[in-house]
Amino acid sequence: MAAGTEVISPRRGAFGSVLAVLILLLIGILAFSIRLFSVIKYESVIHEFDPYFNYRVTQFLTKSGIYEFWNWFDDRTWYPLGRVIGGTVYPGLTLTAGTMWWIANALNIPLSVETVCVFTAPVFSAYAAWATYFLTKEIKGTGAGLTAAALIAMVPSYISRSVAGSYDNEAVAIFALILTFYLYVKTLNTGSLFYATLNALAYFYMVCSWGGYTFIINLIPMHVLLCIMTGRFSSRLYIAYAPLVILGTILAALVPVVGFNAVMTSEHFASFLVFVILHVTALVHYIKRILTPKTYRMALTMVLTIGTVGALTLVAILVALVAASPTKGWSGRSLSLLDPTYASKYIPIIASVSEHQPPTWPSYFMDINILAFLVPAGIIACFSPLSDSSSFAVLYMVTSVYFSGVMVRLMLVLAPAACILAGIALSEAFGTLTYSIKYQQIPTLSNEPVSEEKTTALKSAIDSSFKSVVPKDSIKEKTKVEGDEKVKEPVKEKTSKRIRKKEKEIAEKHVEKQVERKPLVLPLEASAVGIVLLILLGSFYIHCVWAAAEAYSAPSIVLSSQMSDGSVHVFDDFREAYAWLRHNTDENDKVASWWDYGYQTTAMANRTVIVDNNTWNNTHIATVGMAMSSPEKEAWEIYQSLDVKYVFVIFGGLVGYPSDDINKFLWMVRIGGGVFPHIREPDYLRDNQYRIDSMATPTMLNSLMYRLSYYRFAEATMDGNGYDRVRRTEIGKKHFKLAYFEEVFTTQHWMVRIYKLKPSKNRQRGKNKRKTKAVSKKITRKPIKSLKNPWSS
Amino acid sequence: MSRRKGGKLKGLLLGRQIDLTSHIVRTSASIRFENKGSSDTTKVLFALSSAQAERLAYLAAIVLEGKGKSKTQSDPLAVSQVSFQSAPRDIVLYSFSLNKPLKRGESAIVEVNYVLTHVLKPFPEEIKQSDVQLVVYLDNAYLLSPYVVKVQTTTFKLPRSRVESFTKLDASRLADSELKYGPYENVAAFSHQPVTVHFENNQPFAVIKELEREIEISHWGNVYVTENYHLMHGGARHKGTFSRLDYQARPSASGVAAFNRLFAKLPPRAHSVYYRDEIGNISTSHLRSDNKRTDLLLEPRYPLFGGWQVTFTLGYGVPISDFLFYSKDGQRFLDFTFGSPISNAVVDKLVVKVVLPEGSKDPVVSVPFPVEITHERKYSYLDTVGRTVVVLRKENVVPEHDVHFQVYYKFNNLALLAEPLMLVFGIFCFFIACIAYMHFDFSISKSSASYQARLQREEVADAIQRLQKVMNVRAAVTDKLDASLRDLARTGDVASCKAARKAAEATLKETAKEVKSIQEALQASSRAASVLLKVDSLIQKEKEKQDKLLQKHSLTVELYERKLSSKDIDNRIAPYQQKLLVLTQEVSDLLHAIDD
Repeated sequence: MAAGTEVISPRRGAFGSVLAVLILLLIGILAFSIRLFSVIKYESVIHEFDPYFNYRVTQFLTKSGIYEFWNWFDDRTWYPLGRVIGGTVYPGLTLTAGTMWWIANALNIPLSVETVCVFTAPVFSAYAAWATYFLTKEIKGTGAGLTAAALIAMVPSYISRSVAGSYDNEAVAIFALILTFYLYVKTLNTGSLFYATLNALAYFYMVCSWGGYTFIINLIPMHVLLCIMTGRFSSRLYIAYAPLVILGTILAALVPVVGFNAVMTSEHFASFLVFVILHVTALVHYIKRILTPKTYRMALTMVLTIGTVGALTLVAILVALVAASPTKGWSGRSLSLLDPTYASKYIPIIASVSEHQPPTWPSYFMDINILAFLVPAGIIACFSPLSDSSSFAVLYMVTSVYFSGVMVRLMLVLAPAACILAGIALSEAFGTLTYSIKYQQIPTLSNEPVSEEKTTALKSAIDSSFKSVVPKDSIKEKTKVEGDEKVKEPVKEKTSKRIRKKEKEIAEKHVEKQVERKPLVLPLEASAVGIVLLILLGSFYIHCVWAAAEAYSAPSIVLSSQMSDGSVHVFDDFREAYAWLRHNTDENDKVASWWDYGYQTTAMANRTVIVDNNTWNNTHIATVGMAMSSPEKEAWEIYQSLDVKYVFVIFGGLVGYPSDDINKFLWMVRIGGGVFPHIREPDYLRDNQYRIDSMATPTMLNSLMYRLSYYRFAEATMDGNGYDRVRRTEIGKKHFKLAYFEEVFTTQHWMVRIYKLKPSKNRQRGKNKRKTKAVSKKITRKPIKSLKNPWSS
Repeated sequence: MSRRKGGKLKGLLLGRQIDLTSHIVRTSASIRFENKGSSDTTKVLFALSSAQAERLAYLAAIVLEGKGKSKTQSDPLAVSQVSFQSAPRDIVLYSFSLNKPLKRGESAIVEVNYVLTHVLKPFPEEIKQSDVQLVVYLDNAYLLSPYVVKVQTTTFKLPRSRVESFTKLDASRLADSELKYGPYENVAAFSHQPVTVHFENNQPFAVIKELEREIEISHWGNVYVTENYHLMHGGARHKGTFSRLDYQARPSASGVAAFNRLFAKLPPRAHSVYYRDEIGNISTSHLRSDNKRTDLLLEPRYPLFGGWQVTFTLGYGVPISDFLFYSKDGQRFLDFTFGSPISNAVVDKLVVKVVLPEGSKDPVVSVPFPVEITHERKYSYLDTVGRTVVVLRKENVVPEHDVHFQVYYKFNNLALLAEPLMLVFGIFCFFIACIAYMHFDFSISKSSASYQARLQREEVADAIQRLQKVMNVRAAVTDKLDASLRDLARTGDVASCKAARKAAEATLKETAKEVKSIQEALQASSRAASVLLKVDSLIQKEKEKQDKLLQKHSLTVELYERKLSSKDIDNRIAPYQQKLLVLTQEVSDLLHAIDD
């Protein structure tokens, strides 16, 4: 709030700034409350997968303190390797929530860590809306700022990642991203070193929060380069950029997860290169100033020849260095950004995640809706006139469109850009529109030049709309109105603000009145466009609320379905299984599952897992993938060598839950096969088709995944034919017994099935009965030899 | 020994009933004592084996008086543990003090009730999903009495007729689900004849290993109760696989000893009930409530088989008027139930915390049985000095302990206002700070360029604001002139109109000076260059407008004096009117332009 009052210039009068603060406050409340659908419809709970890890880390932080947190070696995951959490996690989100929790508790407000975590994302989306206001205000003025803030408060793309409970890095990162951009533009506009320092700090916060900080450290240099190339070099540009690179890089290197990457990986090279270019430009400008034109031209030719040679050598060395490293110095995720086909070709783990797939057109419409159509208009508005800051907005838009086209997940980066540009477009459109209302009103005067500042136009436009309401039959009355108007000054201000902020009902009223009473006053085209815009915005609002309520608020660990009598049936199987594991297994038991469920198992069941969603060790994940794809006996041996006690699978065939392990199974085969070549994908496919019915391959039917999923399934289905409701087919193998695993728990709807590895003694006794002792010795030794597990030795 | 001191007592008639239908063993023994001694006595003794005494959760006795319909019960008798040298080892003696002395030769019927927990031992200790649960109970065929008992019978009430085995004695018989020993006559003191019963018991063995109840009093209208449970199935341990298929398809033959639901009786008018655990809400529960009671059916996340455990939290609020009262001496006291609301559960370790409101003093607890009392301090919403917490601890709690207990405390009503006032004060301070921030100058360097620039900017802004003020005054003059013209049209009062003009001229002249000074100030300032043009043109246009208006005014008045028709007048002043309109428009435009 204090920031709000600060920013509005004193000239605007106290009333206007208070009003703007009030509107911003309302936008903040809108942003916060539109994200609460998940709490109201479901419950206050952490969502999905990664948030559970963040939640667990936050719990550790609040319990053990910051120093313990940095040194935390987590032995509950990636057994037996473990994971150094303090050094491999982006700590921004955790520290933020931890601080919020600490403050609340210091004030004796007993909030639980979970509550704080659940509401972190909505709180920060309100902050993000405010940051958007400031950024857009720097680019195109208060009106555009308020519009953009209102848009980002409810754009579905952002909502999808920041509903209450979605406690992920993006929740705070988007705020940090916009704040960094704001401070950059602010520095660019003012040339103040103060803001440059703040900018570096905001960048530091962004680096702490999300791996997406590389977007900033590439976009800002690009913009600087653009400015230099278009001849817009200035001292302001220098102040905006140079401190950011120096301070920002030093600060970024302080974050353990980034460390020396801040100077060593290719993602950061662009910033240093531009840093050099900037200094060269500055030097050239300086020399140009002190030399006469003639000597300058001479110096230029000389430097150019030497410089080209030097640069070429440098580039050659650089290329050689980069080419020497296998991934060419880029991390896998970044590479898949540059080459969209990279991941699916080389890294199945990245490709297997649905949010790393390229988006489809409907998803654009779903996520940014009509903003997609307003953005071009916003870009045009940015070009008239083009300033340093508006060119930044355009560049941000263009790059984020590219990135969003590569990965669905990066739609999130596109959303603020789209909101800013759409906000500018809307504000300009309404500005022009209401301007024309005014100058249509007194036809004799309408031939005046229409080139004044837009904001003036807006204000006077509202005056006229007031006038139009007052009947002006006699001339004397007319002058009276003139006088009234001055008294109404504050009222006008209010209305104008409200119109500009696209809570447009009032504007609509005015426009409509105008149209009704004096059809000649507003040109038909203008009013039509205005009404169409308003209708579009109304539908956008409805779409956003719908998206927030229906599409993006499901926590994914609790499922619900509407019964025929209207009541809601809740499928709470995941937590049922995790609670069972938590309370009824030994604390040090190891639980194996596909990596998707690793974070949830450690957080909710508090058991040691083999692999989790961090996916840092491909071989380890491949081992689990191999076990799941192997026949029972080999799988048992692999798990035994990993000291696994329990294995669980997610199975949706009974109730029709589509994202179960059988549907993910092909990825397990692929990832397993990537490291262990004896697992071959074609073995699991019949005529290149993935099937589990009677046509399925024997390898498929004998794989551990199939057997654990469908154990005694046929008996549970109606008339015992084993009809799988997800695959919509009868299963291939119906009645079989498990020799190496025993079912220890299955949840109410069979969605989670937990198996225990049978102890090895039983197996040997069974063998002893059949074989003589001498033979059995050989046999018992054999499996140890046949182990294909890297951890066995 | 009391026999020596007070006289010789003899147990006369004895019926003992041992209820084995649930996992809590309730024994009720009614004994007629006859005073055969030489003097009156006030004490009678009762004995338990030390093994049973260890598992004793509850022991109470009452005296039954009268006969037939006029039977009345006395208040519970006071119990104390006593020890005597002459008593055999492994025996614990309890002494009941009678309310009125038992006179020589008279007799009284005493009914002793005691409850034992964890005495039904599952055998076999581990069962499969398809097995039933069998338990063994070990007891004495005779009442372990320090007195000679004339006639006695013992009845074991079993949950089902299925009994694997029982110790066969002289007069023992099994009928339906009742196992009877006796009658035995003239059994000597402390006689011991062990009997075991091995029988089927599939009742839920709900054992709450730990229960923490937090009762928080808020004088704003509610008592909030939070209960943290650690529940366990205390029966035969589950072994082998658990098949959901069998459990769902054949409920009668699979997991009969398991339970998946619990009943809880909450106080009437309980509201905001929640049922959750550390990973979120548990959706399987049903709440039924009317005016008299609130019944809650809880289902744990998964069915509990032998040895399986689960933790959960149950919370609810009740209106304060139902549980908080004023005692006679003006103190307040909370009257709340002690035990767990879950029916038929044993609580191994119970902690009841009563959180009194901030500012409460001198808590006094009154509980009808011995508990361990300590005090704590808790900080909750916006507390400054913290709340007093009375902590009551008791082990081995059974439903019989679910009685009301009282906590008396002193509380000053003014303490209620502390927190709201603190909030108000905090917000007040915030606004004061905001105001201070806006009004003070925090710049470090007063001579820096940016500071100077800001000062100048502010100066310009100030000048323009003054200009606007003056312009408003002048606009008001315009209004007055217009009004006088309208009056003129209506009344034809030329004189007052002239007077109005004179006044207007005077004000205009005065304000013109002011305008000039502002203009000069702006010209002097270097920062104002951008607005200066606009300001100049504004002043010029405004002046022109005022002149035109005055001209129009004087012309109208003149025309009136010439008594021309109103239409004529309108025609004559029309050109002025046109120009005026244009000027007015321009002036207002300029004003807005300057505003930005």
